[in-house]
Amino acid sequence: MARRALGAVLLITVLTVAGCGGDQSTLDPQGRGADRIATLWWVMLVGAAVVFAVVLLLMALAVLRRRDGAPRATVLRPGPVMVGAGGILVPLVVLTALFVVTLRTLPGTSASANGGDRDAAVVVEARQWFWNVDYPSAGIREANVIHIPVGRPVDVAVRSYDVVHSLWVPQLNRKVDAIPGTENHVTFQADRPGTFRGQCAEFCGVQHAHMALQVIAMPQAAYDRWRAGDRATPPVRPAAAEAGEQVFMSSACVYCHRIEGTNASGNVGPDLTHLASRPTLAGGVVPNTPGYLAGWILDPQHLKPGTLMPGTDLSGPELQRLLAYLGTLR
Amino acid sequence: MTAASPGIALRRAWAERPGIASALTTVDHKRIGRRYLATAMAFFAVGGVEALLIRVQLARPEERLLRPEAYDQIFTMHGLTMIFLFVTPLLSGFGNFVIPLMLGARDMAFPRVNALSYWVYLAAGLFMYTGLLIGRAPDAGWFSYAPLSGPDFTPGVNTDFYGLGLIFLGISTTAGAINIIVTTLKLRAPGMSIDRIPLFVWAWLATALAIVFAIPALTTAALMLELERLYGFHFFDTAAGGDPVLWQHLFWIFGHPDVYIIFLPAVGIVSTVIPVFSGRPMVVHNWVVMSTLLTGLLGFGVWVHHMFAVGLPQLSITFFAAASLIIAVPSGIQVFAWIATMLTGRPRLATPMLYAVGFIVVFVVGGITGVMFAAIPFDQQVTDSYFVVAHFHYVLFGGAVFPILAGLHHWWPKITGRLTHERAGAVSFWLVFAGFNVTFFPMHISGLLGMPRRVYTYPRGMGWDALNLISTLGAVVLAAGLLVVLATLVWSLRAGPEAGPDPWGADTLEWAAQSPPEPYNFTRIPVVRSANPLWDPPLPHVDDPLAGGHRTPETSLGEGDPQRILRMPEESWLPLCMALSLAVVFTGLITTTTVVIVLGGLLVGLVVAGWARPGAQEAPA
Repeated sequence: MARRALGAVLLITVLTVAGCGGDQSTLDPQGRGADRIATLWWVMLVGAAVVFAVVLLLMALAVLRRRDGAPRATVLRPGPVMVGAGGILVPLVVLTALFVVTLRTLPGTSASANGGDRDAAVVVEARQWFWNVDYPSAGIREANVIHIPVGRPVDVAVRSYDVVHSLWVPQLNRKVDAIPGTENHVTFQADRPGTFRGQCAEFCGVQHAHMALQVIAMPQAAYDRWRAGDRATPPVRPAAAEAGEQVFMSSACVYCHRIEGTNASGNVGPDLTHLASRPTLAGGVVPNTPGYLAGWILDPQHLKPGTLMPGTDLSGPELQRLLAYLGTLR
Repeated sequence: MTAASPGIALRRAWAERPGIASALTTVDHKRIGRRYLATAMAFFAVGGVEALLIRVQLARPEERLLRPEAYDQIFTMHGLTMIFLFVTPLLSGFGNFVIPLMLGARDMAFPRVNALSYWVYLAAGLFMYTGLLIGRAPDAGWFSYAPLSGPDFTPGVNTDFYGLGLIFLGISTTAGAINIIVTTLKLRAPGMSIDRIPLFVWAWLATALAIVFAIPALTTAALMLELERLYGFHFFDTAAGGDPVLWQHLFWIFGHPDVYIIFLPAVGIVSTVIPVFSGRPMVVHNWVVMSTLLTGLLGFGVWVHHMFAVGLPQLSITFFAAASLIIAVPSGIQVFAWIATMLTGRPRLATPMLYAVGFIVVFVVGGITGVMFAAIPFDQQVTDSYFVVAHFHYVLFGGAVFPILAGLHHWWPKITGRLTHERAGAVSFWLVFAGFNVTFFPMHISGLLGMPRRVYTYPRGMGWDALNLISTLGAVVLAAGLLVVLATLVWSLRAGPEAGPDPWGADTLEWAAQSPPEPYNFTRIPVVRSANPLWDPPLPHVDDPLAGGHRTPETSLGEGDPQRILRMPEESWLPLCMALSLAVVFTGLITTTTVVIVLGGLLVGLVVAGWARPGAQEAPA
């Protein structure tokens, strides 16, 4: 039994190491904080395996007996010395070591006092069930996407609009709770460009499962272009988009959504100013394609039961024009 | 005096007449204990079905079997059921049945309060399940964080079944704990000095003390929540100057000690089973006692490790991390004490011992991952992920259900008078052990791969699909193993061989009684001369004047010297009436019907008056 269990543990550990490539995996760190934590985990796993193996070995010695019931190992003299060593002395040494390692890991994973990079700082407001993302120094607001420059520590302030949520992007850093009435901070520092998935980690109601976001880490030059491009005048739009804007502005959409530079200034649903640049829709339920967007607009309750967004009864042509308009919101 | 005559007199004094009236008025700790066991098992079955529904929903990505509202109710009820309606009541069932027998007493110290504890437990359990029956079960999780659990975000009656149900149930748990404390301190057989108290009783004493201090925090939190929900108060509402983190503190000041409230009596079972089936007393018995008490105490100093991601000051979370490391030491002592006991004994792998040994293996895994949560950044990374789900099932299923199954097979012959089938017991153990590990081990990995808890579905392609499917298949094996346990027990009731008083050659006093025990437990009260009285004969007895009456001796706290003879109460309608009156109050509260609340309050007052009425019960014998 003991050997089988040990074998299973080893096998699964190997499988784990081999298969740790998911884009929300703590074992595939892509940033400073997550990297430190992953190292801490591997150190602890080795320690845990040794402790577990010793206990299993002792149990095997106790349980597996010769035919006459006599113990196999007579060298051991179990008693207060064994219990004192195994139960007190060794644990105290191991636990003290773990405490020291923990304290040494903490600074690399905590938000630093000076708040990291001021220019790139982000304010995230968690809501049922999406994330508002503000860049105070750039005057940009987007939803469910956080842009950061590669290699720089970015301070992320986390707030909540309604209930307790938790911002968790496992490949970048630890999670931090979004608590109503307070502001917490976490530092994201990506080592390489890429898109890193995160999602809400604290149960926050019926669509907790669909409250994902993407952190897009860009090289500094691309990041600067993204920030600047945001304030550039929009390109010339096709006529369908102009008509689509009329559809949007004359429907119920405007009561809940905001689009910069228009009369739409609702604050119930996510900001749509940069909708077309998002990788996914509805907090990660489906990819952001015109087909899914149309399905979402017509019947959001099918994709995300319980979402605050009601369905619409737009005609086919109206919907086509609306999609054309929304496609220009980059 | 012949042996038969005191038996006849005792039977006349203690036996309860068969029939419905007797079933509703009984104060016999053994009948109440059996009821606790049966009711808790029924709730275990219901909670298990809920677990299977969760596993089927999560077997593959983007499953649409359960709607999210249904899933939220089911995972909330699964947690509430297993923690509040299964584990603690079931361990209370063992405590009720076994503790007076182990102590050489004829009943619990307060038999009518004991009956009250059971009836309130049953009423509160049915109250909480009324929500599910009307499709309005609690749906904000078993820890129902504010403000999600508040009137603004979950306005339906759902969460009221949670808040009011927990207040209701707390009455039962607290009354039961006080009963166990007083029984242990004052009703031990003559000569059972404090160093001769069996380890299971020590474990329950530490647990009961923890309950008395932990439940008030839960009751306070639930009361504040219900004042918010029903009467417009604002304890957790930031807009009105409240603080949602207050809920978390109150909840976990209860919640972490509750882990030990669940775990300690279960470990007490293991500390009972291992010496019996190793054929020798526990190595370092007194260290195990100290570890048990220390765990109960330190359990109150670690609650913040549930809140490391909340954003509390670094200094305070570092303090709680250190405390959370230290609490591993008493558990380490116990693990090595069990191993040392087995190493120096001659272990017999009968079914109870198989479950005890299986417990050690899985508990060590759960203990190790528990220590990892004291490493603050790691905790902050994996908290609220499936890694936590894996960890606490290793600690709660591994740490409590395995010992419960050990205890069930160990004491079954005492409770029913019949042996269980050994081969079937071994089959059930291997199915449960394999099923458990296949279900819960992969969850460590899905958590590390970033899967959060309490999601009703998940996208494909995250590396979680296969792991979740394996977990679901494991759950099927686990359920099959538990069905084999059930079949084994049913078979035993119908066809099991007669057990006799002491089928295991055990050391503690319950095995000196008949199987099943007579209503008066012991014909003559034993006098204890050792921590393992049945292994160190002779076992002398107290003779008259005790033998004939409805009485049990009271002994001194430290030495167990006889002090007085207590006259014990007869059957009574008061406990049932009290539970029903309380049920009226809580029905009034959940429907916010003032008339019903007042009516219930008056009924409660009447029963209290009846209970307090000076009568023959308290007269000295």
